[in-house]
Amino acid sequence: MVPVQAYLLLSALIFVIGVLTVLLRRGAITILMGIELMLNASNLAFVAFARQLGGSEGQIFVLFVIAVAAAEAAVGLAIIIALFRLRDTTDVDDLNLMKW
Amino acid sequence: MSFALFMLVAAAAILTALVVLLHRNPVIGAFFLVSNLVCLAILYLLLDAQFLSAIQVIVYAGAIMVLILFVIMLLNLRHETATVKVGGLQKAAAGLVALGFLALVARAVGTITTPVQTVPASFGTAESVGRVLFRDFFYPFEIISLVILVAMAGAIVLAKKRLD
Repeated sequence: MVPVQAYLLLSALIFVIGVLTVLLRRGAITILMGIELMLNASNLAFVAFARQLGGSEGQIFVLFVIAVAAAEAAVGLAIIIALFRLRDTTDVDDLNLMKW
Repeated sequence: MSFALFMLVAAAAILTALVVLLHRNPVIGAFFLVSNLVCLAILYLLLDAQFLSAIQVIVYAGAIMVLILFVIMLLNLRHETATVKVGGLQKAAAGLVALGFLALVARAVGTITTPVQTVPASFGTAESVGRVLFRDFFYPFEIISLVILVAMAGAIVLAKKRLD
């Protein structure tokens, strides 16, 4: 097996790319894709540790993370659709109704 | 041999993630995110997690990303129309946060000393994962079904057209 440090560094790198996508992009769906990148990076870390320590709990947790990611993607996309119907844009800078 | 394969798949994962970050068109971003998910599924195979690899391709790449692509198609998004550019200060701060986090993880990862455990041949198969899931994680399994039900109902309520 490739040393677990390599997998963890790769996981951190993908996580950072996801964070940058959420911080720097302004399309709502692209931000959602950045969130999916972050979730997948953490999944990779879990699976790497599961192999390193020989326990299945890490893989079980990944199953739950995937299920929660599916639920969150569905609800997030529904929110984006509802907002698009209202404001005719998915640009998060234009969705500023709650700004003081 | 497996290290060469790991480097190849890891480079592909990083490159596809960078395309998601940098490309203007969200459709292209979604397609490259799908390839990123498939790269991660290959990495799960290298980590002896066969069941999770299949689940990743079927559920994540096959259902969640299809949902995202459907919504992009429904809303007819082509590229982000830039009315206000992201400021240089914001980019610098984001880059600083990114580098700081990477340095933190590199430092933490360097302290790992436990050796890799040898695992039986049944590690990561559907049978062994299912055995642990339905025995030790039975309550979370039932609760996650409730979570999915609530998410389904919520998505339908949020996205349907008002009839008034």
